[in-house]
Amino acid sequence: MTADHPRPPSRRRFVLGRNQLKGLFWQVLVVGIATAVIAFLWSNTVTNLSARRITTGFAFLGREAGMPIADSLLAYNPGDTYLWAFVVGVANTLRVAVIGIVLATILGTLIGISRLSANWLLSRLAAVYVETLRDIPLLLQLLFWYVLMQALPAARAAWRPVEGIFLSNRGLILPAIPFGPPQLTVLGTAVLGCAVFFLFRRWLVAQQMRDGKPRPAWPSALGLIVVVPAAVSLVLGVSWTVEWPQLRGFNFVGGLTLAPEYFALLIALVTYTSAFIAEIVRSGIQSVPRGQWDAANALGLRRSFMLRQIILPQALRVIVPPMTSQYLNLTKNSSLAVAIGYQDVVSIANTTLNQTGQAIEAIALIMAVFLTISLSISFFMNWYNARIALVER
Amino acid sequence: MTAITDIPDAPRAARRPQLGNPVLHWLRKNLFSSIPNGIISVLLLVLLAKGIFSFVQWGIANAVWLTPTNDSSACRAARGLGACWAIVPEKYRFILFGTYPFDEQWRPALSVVLFIALYYLSTRRALWRRELVYLWIGALALISVLMWGGVLGLSFVSQDRWGGLPVTLILATFGLAVGFPLGILIALGRRSKLPAIRSLSVLYVELIRGVPLVSLLFMASVMFPLFMPAGFNIDKLLRAQIAIILFAGAYLAEVIRGGLQAVPRGQYEAADALGLSYWRKHRLIILPQAIRHVIPPLVNTFIAFFKDTSLVLIIGIFDLLTTAKTAIIDPAWQQFSVEVYIFAAAIYFVFCFAMSRYSRSLEAPATPK
Repeated sequence: MTADHPRPPSRRRFVLGRNQLKGLFWQVLVVGIATAVIAFLWSNTVTNLSARRITTGFAFLGREAGMPIADSLLAYNPGDTYLWAFVVGVANTLRVAVIGIVLATILGTLIGISRLSANWLLSRLAAVYVETLRDIPLLLQLLFWYVLMQALPAARAAWRPVEGIFLSNRGLILPAIPFGPPQLTVLGTAVLGCAVFFLFRRWLVAQQMRDGKPRPAWPSALGLIVVVPAAVSLVLGVSWTVEWPQLRGFNFVGGLTLAPEYFALLIALVTYTSAFIAEIVRSGIQSVPRGQWDAANALGLRRSFMLRQIILPQALRVIVPPMTSQYLNLTKNSSLAVAIGYQDVVSIANTTLNQTGQAIEAIALIMAVFLTISLSISFFMNWYNARIALVER
Repeated sequence: MTAITDIPDAPRAARRPQLGNPVLHWLRKNLFSSIPNGIISVLLLVLLAKGIFSFVQWGIANAVWLTPTNDSSACRAARGLGACWAIVPEKYRFILFGTYPFDEQWRPALSVVLFIALYYLSTRRALWRRELVYLWIGALALISVLMWGGVLGLSFVSQDRWGGLPVTLILATFGLAVGFPLGILIALGRRSKLPAIRSLSVLYVELIRGVPLVSLLFMASVMFPLFMPAGFNIDKLLRAQIAIILFAGAYLAEVIRGGLQAVPRGQYEAADALGLSYWRKHRLIILPQAIRHVIPPLVNTFIAFFKDTSLVLIIGIFDLLTTAKTAIIDPAWQQFSVEVYIFAAAIYFVFCFAMSRYSRSLEAPATPK
């Protein structure tokens, strides 16, 4: 609309040129149309809402929700408020998204590397996996897994692939260590140790840069991340006994239960997303020029060192940006949970909407939650991407 | 993890003389090149053999292929041992065409054929001309006539009765046909030098891409009636279609924007030097090049959309997945959902696989072997 290049300065500086006028005209037109459409929709909405006697606003969040939530990470009972139900829903979404992202990354990387394997059978099988899962809708896969879960034997006849792990129509039951404040303290010490070690290692590298003497980092890592937390654990006398699930009557007692809905959703999201991640990893590794492999080989580097220090840093530059969008996709796809009755934030918002009629507020909350999650993931991945980016002259 | 073939030592391998039996040579090279590789191969072969064996046993040997109409007793007898493929001939008319009047089902069937012909013609490079646009408009009009009827002696069928594969194809195709021009406008808007237009486009794209399609569909099914003047209401299918178009527009805009960025600056400058107006510059010079650059990612976006149309299940529209899910509500056949899902998955797979093959064939010339 305007010229693509600045025009030579004209003497009539305070008079808009033809192109500026045209630009102004278009902007006023488009903004005018957008405003008119929004105003039209808004006035209709206000009229409709008053006709239905629905008051707008978020006051309903303080009311009693009265909806049951079967499977939740946080304590919840139907007498709690809508606000708390939403928080529980967000926790459920994050629970499936975070674990899904970690598992999908691991599985996808393994399959992506398998596709490049010298083993013909392995690379073919990986290709079939990727091709099949990518070309079938996720929702269909999700329903399929859910049906399979429901077709599993009842709790009394549960499958035991490994001792202590039960797979039945009640879901997957795993042995677990009960977690309370003492265990969390020890874990917190370990996390703190990681952070201190990270800073310490930076200092070590800086020292090495100065005088060229290598300084091994592993003793401090061992001390900070393993020995100190272990000592804390001993001093506090924290118990780490594993709780083994046991069948009592018709259900299991103890251990960690992954409900069939959660388990089906997790499997569907992880397998589906891993097919895309596998392709990203493959193309990332293939994008490293052959000369880099040859050069690393010529230097006589060990294979693991070569992969870690030469190939991976270069491949990651290609891998990270598309990986970010896969993580975002997985998070957004977790909203399909509503189809099988896992109560994530979308499902709870939908129930709220049906119970209260507060459609606009419920959908605004969904959008706010997902925009926040999306922006956080993008922010983190952009930070990581900037960190690993090639430092160019 | 053992070895990565990315160090292609093809030239060296080619020079190595082939000794002995070519089959043994192939096996040694591809399956048993080293000890860990050999272990992996043996493990995989055992697993594969087990998998194939149990699938053949369940899916072929013990399967029930045909039963008398509406009698699932043979299937129930074989339950747990073999698949019940008999549910497919029993229910395929419903899965494919939903509740469309039974005697008129040749019309949706013909529509599906027309859709496939339209896709096929669109893949021919020789036909990438302006006439293709007219062909699309003509074919979509013809399909509308076939589906709705009410003219030319065809009885009228309201869209509440449409279902199955034609609905999936309609949602995907109309979503793209309308979303594509919308995407072009938004992409141009995002690259515009006018701040108001640019920020509106950015806002649109980021808002739509930031939220899941499910929430847009909820919005279309629940909030749309609130947005409209009292008494004005449009059909559920059309509302879902609008949501899909808006969704497609945002994603296609980002792909097209990538193409616009790939057009060299000299092309813009040359078009300006010729004195072309903004619209003529883009229509004649920039867009044809930009779109050619992004055809493979466009096809990938199409595949994603085709799969995403299945989400309309959540708001209760009878697309292919919903009819499949509904077909097994029938108490006699309730237990055989796996077979029905495999049938539906096969249909989706054929469409998506064909598109992904096509996308790869487009990319192939760009990457010399």
